[in-house]
Amino acid sequence: MKQLMGVINLDHELDVLSELTYFRCGAAVPFAGRYRLIDFVMSNMMHSGVEDIALFVRRKYRSLLDHLGEGGPWDLDRKRGGLFILPPDWNDPSDVSVGELQHIYNNQNFFARGPAQYIIHSGSQHLSSVDFSEAYEYHIKQGADVTLIYTKAEELLPEHRPCVRLDVNEEGIVTDIHHEHDNTNIYMDMFIMEKELFLQLMKQCIAHQESHVFRDAIQKNRHKLKIAGYEYQGYHAVINSLESYYRNSLDLLEQEKYQSLFSAQPVLTKIKYEVPAKYLESADVRHSLVANGCQIDGTVENSVLFRGVKVKEGARIHNSIIMQKCVIEENAVLENVILDKDVVITAGRKLQGDTRKPYVVAKDMVI
Amino acid sequence: MKRKKVVAMLLAGGQGKRLKSLTRTLAKPAVYFGGTYRIIDFPLSNCSNSGIDTVGVLTQYEPLVLHSYIGVGSDWDLDRKNGGVFVLPPYEREDGTSWYRGTADAIYRNLKFIEQYNPEHVLILSGDHIYKMNYDTMLDYHIEKNADCTISVIDVTPEEATRFGILNTEEDYRIYEFEEKPAQPKSTLASMGVYLFKWEMLRNYLLMNLNNPDTSHDFGKDIIPLMLGEDRTLYAYPFQGYWKDVGTIQSLWEANMDLLSENPKLDLNDPRWRIYTRNPNQPAQYIAPEAKVRNCMINEGCQVYGEVDHSVLFYGVEVGQGSVITDSVIMPKVKIGRNVTIHRAIVSEGMVIPDGAVIGTDQDNDQEISLISEDEIGNFSAKVSPSL
Repeated sequence: MKQLMGVINLDHELDVLSELTYFRCGAAVPFAGRYRLIDFVMSNMMHSGVEDIALFVRRKYRSLLDHLGEGGPWDLDRKRGGLFILPPDWNDPSDVSVGELQHIYNNQNFFARGPAQYIIHSGSQHLSSVDFSEAYEYHIKQGADVTLIYTKAEELLPEHRPCVRLDVNEEGIVTDIHHEHDNTNIYMDMFIMEKELFLQLMKQCIAHQESHVFRDAIQKNRHKLKIAGYEYQGYHAVINSLESYYRNSLDLLEQEKYQSLFSAQPVLTKIKYEVPAKYLESADVRHSLVANGCQIDGTVENSVLFRGVKVKEGARIHNSIIMQKCVIEENAVLENVILDKDVVITAGRKLQGDTRKPYVVAKDMVI
Repeated sequence: MKRKKVVAMLLAGGQGKRLKSLTRTLAKPAVYFGGTYRIIDFPLSNCSNSGIDTVGVLTQYEPLVLHSYIGVGSDWDLDRKNGGVFVLPPYEREDGTSWYRGTADAIYRNLKFIEQYNPEHVLILSGDHIYKMNYDTMLDYHIEKNADCTISVIDVTPEEATRFGILNTEEDYRIYEFEEKPAQPKSTLASMGVYLFKWEMLRNYLLMNLNNPDTSHDFGKDIIPLMLGEDRTLYAYPFQGYWKDVGTIQSLWEANMDLLSENPKLDLNDPRWRIYTRNPNQPAQYIAPEAKVRNCMINEGCQVYGEVDHSVLFYGVEVGQGSVITDSVIMPKVKIGRNVTIHRAIVSEGMVIPDGAVIGTDQDNDQEISLISEDEIGNFSAKVSPSL
């Protein structure tokens, strides 16, 4: 799909997953046993045929650089185009742009060089399996200036609170954009716009010292632009708090959710050459997601185990998320706990959090 | 171009007839092993981990799967600017010959490939065995002994020795005789099919072998005896560790079962010696509330609702509710229905096992391993008796 180029803008995303975002940005937080949150939007773009992606990052992007590399897993290590990770390094003395628009102003070459005529602009917090090429066709059919992708929430959850809401009429045209909390049309932080119009709006915003792409270019101009609303139906989760991270992780243990996220198309991620998971003599694993490289000799229930986790004999894990390479020694007990990477829980320790407020252990700790 | 110290030539053209329908549409080195691997991952990863960056893979029988699997070799870190992995199928020549007539002939036909790199040594490997080996250590030994040829050997029992190519050596491992499957073995050092040659020496003997009208173009039968006859320096390199020929359904099954103990002899979880493989991009495996999994290896993308004990599940396998899988190897994307019993079987890729089917029972622990595939559909219906 040469028509679409991707912009993944992480600038306005806050690092709000407590210990999990001490050293990494939200987009780099591990999810579902072997992914990072950014993999979902990256994979959706890849499956929609997007061949140029710019990634605007501001801070804590070290682990993101390591994870994405040249973009090989998403087929973005290309001779022409591909993945451009664009850190905040700019030195133009005549630059007057502020906020997010600094990225646009200082990376005009990316937009100028890409052959695509349209831009798909997205964040990383809305997990979905949206097909951008379908949304693009809808955009063309509607003859809209901009198409906002939204989903109808079946049930309003705490993580929906900060989300932008849309009023959409029967023709699929967005009539208003606001934050009214009882509206169930959740804007998924993804829009499609023609490149020329996008750059023109950006120029205007920069000239007026505006700082926010969506709010200042689209929301403020909502009565001047023809804005279409593309309704996405399918798996959707917003990860913008520790609570939403924890609940949505464990929700994947429901078979329906797991299928709807993974069965349509593969989600791609950086490859680790791990051996298949191994279950030993006294393993008792139920209702859990387990990644490769795990070695389990204890009890695991209602939990997510990332790659290379070791659970020794007699250890018990309930309602917990255990990240890469953690070691849970003999007879340790974990309940409602999130362990970041490389944590060691020594024999016999007991850690317990609350079902709504999990106990989080930061990377590399030995307890 | 800088001279290469060593170039590896991997013989991957074998059919592996005794693996029956598992090799109907692919060569033996492409057969699945260990929940995620193909046999060829082992020699390729060994090369990569040993610092060998130039590998020719000689293919002949059913090469499609193998060729597309290897690709440009990036999974084994063998996509290199200078060197890398090359697939070398036989080709038609001016004199009308086309197929590789034997292991030595396959190398002879690719003289030009090797000459491009002008290596000091050539490592000959086969794509039939499961083992982890540092070829660089063997190369040090080969150089230290100033050997013309070094053959890696493994100590086997006297009974097993009758099934292998056996090397009779002096106390210092200098080889004086090679015997193919001797009835009365004089030694228990079995050739592992891993040879290191000085390139100039190998080149000369390959050319010399052409003058022998009765040659079978084989390393073991022709080249090695020829070199021994001329008093060349041949050494055996004693290998310690796990090594298994997975040439039959029984041995393939055994090698898979060997992985299930708590500390298997073949450690696949060693970060210093990773076995690389093409990753099928599957989500984390799902173990359902009613599932029971013990003593097994399960790959990503599996969904288990039943009971799995002492078995190996490749990626994307589904085990339905009430089904019981024991002592079995289930290859990729097999869908097992509900209330199925599978005992001592290898189920080949993509099979769909209907609800209630019974394959093997706990009683026949001495029975042959069942192979369940499209091809054995006749046997399959005999072995699979749908319950009422």
